[in-house]
Formats: sequence, structure tokens, C-alpha cells
Amino acid sequence: MTKPLLLGAVAYAPKVVTIWEGFKEYFRRHDFEFDYILYSNYERQVEAQLDGSIDLAWNSPLAWIRAERMARARGLEARSLAMRDSDRDLCSVLVVRSDSRVTTTADLSALAGQVIGFGALDSPQANLIPRDHLRVQGLLAGRDYTARRFDELSGKHGDHIGGERAAALALMAGEIDAAWMIDGNHVAFAREGILPAGATRIVAHSGSYDHCNFTLISGISAASAEMAARFTELLLAMDWQDAQVRPLLELEGLKAWLPGRSSGYDLLIRAVDDEKFYDAAGNILATDYRY
Amino acid sequence: MQQATYLLPIIDIENLGLDAGAHLLIKHGLGAIPPGGELRVVGSSPGWETQLAAWCRAQGHGMSMQQQDGRAVATVMRGAADTGRWHDAKHAGHSDAALTGAVADRALSCWGLAARGATVEAGAPDMHFRLDRKDEIWADSAATLYAQAVAAQWNPTTAIDWDEPFELPAAVEDAVAQLMTYLIENEEAALIVPARFLGQVHPHFREIQSLLAIQVADEARHIEVFTRRLRLKGREPALSTAGGQASLKTLLDEPDFSVAGFLLSVLGEGTFVSLLNFLHLHAPDPVTRQIARLAARDEARHVAFGMSHLLWRLQQEPQFRTRLANAVQLRNDALANTAGLNEEVFDALILIAAGEFTPQAIAAGYVRVQQLIADMAAGRQVRLERLGFDKEAAQHLAALHTRNFM
Repeated sequence: MTKPLLLGAVAYAPKVVTIWEGFKEYFRRHDFEFDYILYSNYERQVEAQLDGSIDLAWNSPLAWIRAERMARARGLEARSLAMRDSDRDLCSVLVVRSDSRVTTTADLSALAGQVIGFGALDSPQANLIPRDHLRVQGLLAGRDYTARRFDELSGKHGDHIGGERAAALALMAGEIDAAWMIDGNHVAFAREGILPAGATRIVAHSGSYDHCNFTLISGISAASAEMAARFTELLLAMDWQDAQVRPLLELEGLKAWLPGRSSGYDLLIRAVDDEKFYDAAGNILATDYRY
Repeated sequence: MQQATYLLPIIDIENLGLDAGAHLLIKHGLGAIPPGGELRVVGSSPGWETQLAAWCRAQGHGMSMQQQDGRAVATVMRGAADTGRWHDAKHAGHSDAALTGAVADRALSCWGLAARGATVEAGAPDMHFRLDRKDEIWADSAATLYAQAVAAQWNPTTAIDWDEPFELPAAVEDAVAQLMTYLIENEEAALIVPARFLGQVHPHFREIQSLLAIQVADEARHIEVFTRRLRLKGREPALSTAGGQASLKTLLDEPDFSVAGFLLSVLGEGTFVSLLNFLHLHAPDPVTRQIARLAARDEARHVAFGMSHLLWRLQQEPQFRTRLANAVQLRNDALANTAGLNEEVFDALILIAAGEFTPQAIAAGYVRVQQLIADMAAGRQVRLERLGFDKEAAQHLAALHTRNFM
């Protein structure tokens, strides 16, 4: 048997097993040997990729940054092979109740003394990028506002939206004055009824950033370049019109796979440095980070 | 380029956010243009641009923002995902059964629970319903019979005058309790047989499904009123015989929808209509008479469905008549060693028809019951002849029917 291409993915929810079993079947249907290993957190996964346990990693944006730094520190190069259409140009929004005195972050004084809700410590979209956004606006936690973290499933890099949902619930319960969430979740929480229509207002949004990607580190993976190329080719060929494939794409939250790019991570790179999450070699600096 | 953008259709979502339903307006607008086509969106609710971007990303539409005349204008390019979902979708017939081709000869398992006529997405789970062939279950009159059944539903509490005063001799009241005990177990079979098939019918044949469902409800009501009559004068259920139950079990054991309908509805419930009409005429108390009249009306509908289905099936498959004849013979053979109608029920019928415990009344009751049994056989023969059996065969089969009546 040909040695399969081994992918690492993080088990942030039970559906992850369904997704990768489905992918495995899809690749097998196309005579491509593929298997996967699930990790409980992204830090473990990045380290596993660097020690050669897996050929490829389905990485969060934060994991991509760490993998890229750790690879570079070893004189290697990390590449983003592919990503979802829904991974491109996301943004985070700061939401307040409609009766809030805050109308826009241009009005900095309005946020002074307020309690702002953030997601998990390691969530790019609900903690790192939002904090960076406020910092650039001249607002620092503890000095200008009180940060309240809604930490759920640390190590999952915010993939589990429980933290953002808890912040939204706390916002409506009046426990906090504002909450950060990914743009799509503002609409999703409205649909769930957590944020009643018209009860909240977006007062700020971050710049745009990219989300997950399939990361390959050349020089470590035992898989050949041809295998990585074939994997990407088959992935990009997944067609939304194909009824066998569509359920997998729906579970993974995309309509089409796109070629990977590494140009959409600048905002997060700045946040990682400013928030002192990882150092330049990918070592973890955040002291209160448990995973 | 700028000019071309100006020519695009524009949707103003005003101050409606996408967290409050604005996506419906945009969706509607996109529905009018082909995939790849563009439209413009403007709005005024705070953050509508980021909400729109998130929505477009999730839906697979392209989006870009421009400034025009000093205000933010989004250009949305319709993606192919919403139409792509319906690629290879299956159409499941037509809702109106009267239209040609509306009801499929065989319903596909992938249509599942979808309404007949719906467009079913490819990849919907297969649901296996054993009864998925039209020739096995269909009757053109099903929708009409269902409508009649719905219109003829009655409320046991108000339709029957439970408080009307009467007092029967103790022996006659005992006979009523025995008869009700017998009727209840027979109606149990008449409830369970269609109920078992009901869950096996492919939803594509919704007229059949509905009719079976209301038939089950009818029988539940009959069981209720027979039980209430039984207990009206403080009695408890009386005797249930092994032979009677063995006869009913053969109905429960029949796996074929048409054969079961033949044995249960055409022969059994048809015979029961005679019995209930008899009770309507001769029962000694007003409550039993009312119950019998209402139940007979429902049972007549069940018989009509059985007849209608069999006429339809025999039209498609005339040789099926042999199978029906064999079924009667087999059931008769299976019950050869049982007692048939229990003596207690037979005696109870005589007493009920007599109305009082005197030799003269009993003599009259006995004659009436003999006449009833002759009427039942004649009724079965008429129905068998309508199903295309010749007179001799019909007479023979009518006579082979279980002595338990149902």
C-alpha cells in the first residue's frame, strides 16, 4: 500500500470526525491515499508537523503563524496550499446594545470605563485582532476599558464559537457593555435569537484578515511534492454541485476551495507580536494560556 | 466601468440590518439575475457593509464596496452555489393526483418525506418504505373517501346521548357487556392492521396515508364508545375466547396490503356493517343503537376503500383474484381447528335481539340472529361478485369466511 498523505486537524467539535472521514472517502474514490490524525489543540498539532508526525496541517490562522515562525527558525518554509472561500477577507465587529452611549469608536471617550467582552485568549477573531484594533485606536485593556474574557475550549484558537456566544449572551444580559465577534456570527446570533433584531448595533470593525489554511512545510514532510500537488488538485476539484461532496463542504462551511495565500495574515501577525502571544521563533509567550 | 456600475439594479435595504432580515431583500434581488450577474446594495443601518460582506461570503456571492455620490455602495455578484444545490434535484410527481403522471408507479426512496411535487435535493437520505408501488396500495377514490371521513367525524361525548335513562334486565345488560367485549377486540384488529401499514406507505401516496390514518382514528373512537357503553351500567369486560383471537391474529399476520384489506375490510368490516346495522335496529337500549349507527357509517367507508383499492388492483392485475380466493381458503384452513364465533357472543346477540328474558322474546331474537347471519353471507357474496368472482365462487368464498365475523 502506498503511504498515505497524513493530515493533522484539531477536534474542536464532534463533527470534525464526520468531516475528515468524508474527505478520506472522497480522496480514496479518486485513488489517492489519505489519512488524518486529530489533535486536541493547535499547539500540539503545529509541534507534530515540525517533528514530522504529519505531512500537512489544517491550521487556524494563529497556528499558521506559529508554524510559519517555527519553520523559518529552522531554515524551512511553510506554504499555504489551499483555503476555503469563506476563509478570505473576514472581519471582526464590536457590538453594543442599541441603547449604548457608544455610537462609533471614532468617539474614544465613549468606550472609557466600559466592560468589553472578548472570546477565548487564543481566538484571533474574538481576542487577538480585536485587542490589537483597540490598541491601534489608543485603547488599552485595564487602562481605558475593562476586558472580560469568555474563554471556552482553550487551544482551539477560537474555532469553537462558544466564547463569542457567551459574550453575546452576557451583552444582552447587561453584564458587559460591548462584545467582539466575527462578522458572520453577528448575523448567526441574530438568527439564533441570542441577539434580538434591532437590539444591537455594530460600532466598530477590524480590518480584513484571512482564516484557516492547509499548511505544508517543505523539507520535513515525508510526502512528495507530487502528493501535495495532487491533494490540492483534488481538493480544488470538489464541486458544490456534487451531491456526494456538498454535505462535507456544508459541514466545513464553504462553497468552494481556493488556492492558499499568505497575504491575509498581517493583521494577526501584528496582534500576535503586540499581545506577546508567540515570539519570532514560534515559542509561546502568553503566560496564562492553557491548552 | 463606472457607468456600467450605475446601470446595475439597486436595492436599498434602508435601515434594516442583516441581523433583522435584510438578506431577504437582497436574496429577492439576486433571484432576478443570473449567476455571475451583479446588483448594487445601499443601506443605512450601522455596520450593514460588514454584515453584507459576511452574508455574501457565507452564501458564496462576490462583493465589493465603492463610494458613489458620497455614499457607500456594495456591488454583489451572484454566485452559483444557490442554484448549484439544485443540480440533479429530483421532482417527485405532482401534488394534484388527478394530473397525468402525478402519482408515480414507484416512489423513489430518495424522495423521502418530501411533499409530492416538491423538488428534492440530490443527496437527500434514502428512506425505505416497504409500500412504494402504486399498484400495491392505490385507490382513485382515496382522496374523496378521506374528505368524507373528515366531514363525518363525530365526538363521542356529544354525539351519543349517554344520559338517556334506560334499565335492561340484568341478563340482557350482561349480554351487552359480552358483545361489547367482543366488538372491542375486533376493533383492535381493525385499528392495528391499517396502523401497521400506515408506517410502511411511502409518503408519496399521501391520499392513502391520510385515509389509513383517519381509519385508525375511527377505530380508536369505536373502541372508546364500546368501552364506555360496556361500563355505562357498572360492568367490566366479559369473555375473550382463544378462537376469536386466533381468527383476528390471521389478519394481523397478513403481510400483503391488498390481501389484508380484502380480508379485513371487504369481508370482515363488511360483515361488521351488517352486525352494526342489526344492533342499530334491534339493540334494546338507545345508547347501543346510537353507537351502532355511527360506527356502521364509519365502517361502511372502510369497506368502500377496500373495495375501491381491490377494484383498482384487479384492473391492473386480474390474476390477483386467484390470490384473494386462496387467501380466504388459507384463512379458513388455518382456523379449521378453532371454534369460530364464541358461544357467549352468539347467545348474547340472541338476548340483545330478544330484549327480555322470556321464551317468546328469545324465540324472536333467535330468528333475527339467523337472519343476520344469512344477511352477512349475502352481503359478502355481493361484494365478491362486484370484485369479479362468478356467482358460484363468490358463494363458496362467502361461506368460507371466518365464523368470527371479522
